[in-house]
Amino acid sequence: MNARVNPIKRSYLLLEDWFNLSFGPVWNPLYHLGTLTFFFFWVVLVSGLYLFIFFDTSIVGAYTSVEAITHKQWYAGGIMRSLHRYASDAAVVTILLHMFREFALGRYHGFRWWSWVTGVPALWFVITLGITGYWLVWDELGLYVATLSSQLMDSLPVVTGSMARDFLTGQLTDRLFTLMGFLHLLGQPILLAVVIWLHVKRLSHVEISAPRGLAVGSLLALLVLSLLVPATSHAPADLSRVPAVLKLDWFYLNVYPLLDKWPADQVWLLTTSVTLLLMIMPWLPPRKTGPAAEVHLDQCNGCGQCAEDCPFDAITVQARSDGARWKNEVVVNPAQCAACGICVASCHSSNPFRQAASTLETGIDMPQFAIDEIRTQTESALAELKGDTRIMVFGCDNAIDVTGLQSDNVAVLSLFCTGMIPPTLVEYAQAKGADGVFITGCRSGDCFFRLGNTWMEQRFEGRRKPVLRTRARRERITIFRAAETDGAKLRRHLDDFQHHIATLGHDVTATIAAQQQE
Amino acid sequence: MPAFLRYPLQAVNYGVFMLLVWYLSAAPAYTHLTPDQAVITMAFSHAGVRIEECHTLSQEELARLPPNMRAPVDCPRERSPVTVDLLLDGKPIIEKVFHPPGLYNDLGIDVYVSAKVPAGEHKLTVGMNDSVHVQGHTHSDERTVSLKPAQLLVVNFDSETGKFFYQ
Repeated sequence: MNARVNPIKRSYLLLEDWFNLSFGPVWNPLYHLGTLTFFFFWVVLVSGLYLFIFFDTSIVGAYTSVEAITHKQWYAGGIMRSLHRYASDAAVVTILLHMFREFALGRYHGFRWWSWVTGVPALWFVITLGITGYWLVWDELGLYVATLSSQLMDSLPVVTGSMARDFLTGQLTDRLFTLMGFLHLLGQPILLAVVIWLHVKRLSHVEISAPRGLAVGSLLALLVLSLLVPATSHAPADLSRVPAVLKLDWFYLNVYPLLDKWPADQVWLLTTSVTLLLMIMPWLPPRKTGPAAEVHLDQCNGCGQCAEDCPFDAITVQARSDGARWKNEVVVNPAQCAACGICVASCHSSNPFRQAASTLETGIDMPQFAIDEIRTQTESALAELKGDTRIMVFGCDNAIDVTGLQSDNVAVLSLFCTGMIPPTLVEYAQAKGADGVFITGCRSGDCFFRLGNTWMEQRFEGRRKPVLRTRARRERITIFRAAETDGAKLRRHLDDFQHHIATLGHDVTATIAAQQQE
Repeated sequence: MPAFLRYPLQAVNYGVFMLLVWYLSAAPAYTHLTPDQAVITMAFSHAGVRIEECHTLSQEELARLPPNMRAPVDCPRERSPVTVDLLLDGKPIIEKVFHPPGLYNDLGIDVYVSAKVPAGEHKLTVGMNDSVHVQGHTHSDERTVSLKPAQLLVVNFDSETGKFFYQ
C-alpha cells in the first residue's frame, strides 16, 4: 500500500509523524504553516511599530537611534528589535516549509495553481521587506545592502541614472531615508497584504489565527531567543570604507554574495529564472482536475449548504432562475471547482434511501462518480461479502490506497474525499448488511481538499448539516486517518475493528432492515 | 502519547527551530573583503562625443525637406560609446565599454565599476575614450596611491574640466 510514495513525500510524512508525536494533530505546526506565518507577521508588525516610535529617519540619526533602542532600553526596545528580526526570519522558515509541504504533497498544481502562482511573489515581497529593514539600520550591513541593492537596480534597463553612486560620494540625503522608511513601514506591507489576499482569494473558511498553544509556544521561544542572543548592529556605515566581514542574515540577504562573483544582470537572470520556474511548476506537468460539480435544479431547494461547505469558494447562492417555489439556487464556478465531491455530501438530497426504485438524483452531483453510482457500488460490494463480520471500508483517493484491504468479509469503496460521504450512505451501508463501517482518509487536519475530513467529522458528531442520524449504529462505525505511509497502522486498526465487530456479533438490525426492504 | 510527555518534545522542537533562526540570521559570517584588500570604484556621469558633427544644409538639401522641417543646421544625436580602463601597477584591473542609452543612443552614460585590489602603495593609471574619432585615450591620468585595508577609493571625472579626480 506504500509502494507509490515518492521519497520527497515520504520524507515530509516522516517529519509530519514526528510533529504529530510531539504536538498532536491539533497543534501540529505543519498543519498551520500559513497561520503561523501570519502570527510571525503580527509579531513583526507590533514590534516594528514600537521601534518606529524611537527610530530617527535620517542619515545621522538612524544608527544612533537604533543603538539607543538596543542598548539604553534593552529590556523593551532591545527585546522588540530582537523579536522584530527573529520573527521576520521565522516567517521565512514557515513560508519555505509551507512551499515544501505543498510541493511534497503535490498540492501545487491543478485547481491549486492560483495559490501557488500568487504565493511565489509573496515570498519575494517578504524578502524585499526584510532588505529595506536592514538598510534602515544604516550600519556596515545596511551600507552593504544599500550599495549592492542599488547596483542591482542600476543594472535594470528601465532605470536611468545611477543610484549606487549616491552611496560613494556623500550625495546621500535624509530624504532617501524618509523614502526607505515609507517603503518599509507602509508601501511594502500594503503590497504584501494585497498579494496575501490574492493568495487566499480562491479559498473559503480561511484561517488566519494560529492555534493558541502554537502561538504562545512560538512567542515564548522568540522571547527566550531575544533574551539569550539580542539582535545587534554592525559598526556604523562609513562611506569611505567598504564593509569587510558581514554577519549576513541568510534568510533575506542570500543573493548578495553572488554579486561578488557575477555581474548584476546575471544575478537578475538567475533570480528571475528561479522565480519563473517556480511559477510555472503547476504546469510541469499539468494536473487535470475532474469535471466540475453539476447542479440539478429539480432536486435543489437552494439551502446553500454546499456553498457553505465548498473549501474553494466555487459555489455561490443566487436568486432562483427556474420559477420553482424555492427562493434560491446554487451555481458552480467550474474554474474554481476542485472536483472534491464535498458538496455532494452537503446536499440533503444525496440520501441513498431516496428513489430506491429508480436512479438516485441529488441537488449537486459529480458527473464522473454520481451519487447513484456510489449507491450501486456500495450495494454490490456488500452483496459479495461473506461471514458475520462484514466490513464496509470507505476510503479517499488522495490518502492511502484502500484496495489492498479487500477480502471475503471486507468491501472497499474509494471516493474523492471522505467529505464526499453523505452520513446517510453510512446508514445505508449498515442497512444493506455491513456489520461495521470503517472510514479512512487524509490525516486529521490535513485534508487534501482542505476541509473534507473536518466537515465529515462534524456531520458525524451532529455539529454540521446533514448530520448522522441517531438511527445509525455508531458503535459499529470507526474513522481512522492514515497517510500513504501508514499501511501497517491501517491494517492493524482494521483488524482491531474487525475483532470489535466480532465481539458485538452480527448486526441483526441490519438483516431485519434488509429483509423488510426486500 | 500523554499530553505531559509532549511538552518536553515540543520544547525540543522550539529549541531546534530557534537555533536555526538564530544561526542563519547572522552566520556564517560572509567575507566580502579580506583584511589585505581595498576597493577602487570608477563612478561618474559623462556623455560621449557626438559621432557626427553638426553641418549646415545646402539649399538643395533644404528644398528636399518639408517646409516645416527646414532647419539650417543638422546635428545628428548619436553619441560615442565611452570606454574606461584602469591599470594597477601596469596590470589591467578594469576595462569596460558603456554604450549610450536612449532611443537615439544620445544620452549620457553612468559609469559604476568596482574592483578589489591589494592594499598598499600602487601606481594607478586611469583612462577613458569618449570619441569614436580618436584612437586610444581621450582623457587619462596617472598617479601613485596608498590604499589602506578596506579603503574605498573613488575615481571620479569632471566633464567640464575633462580631468579625473579622486575621493
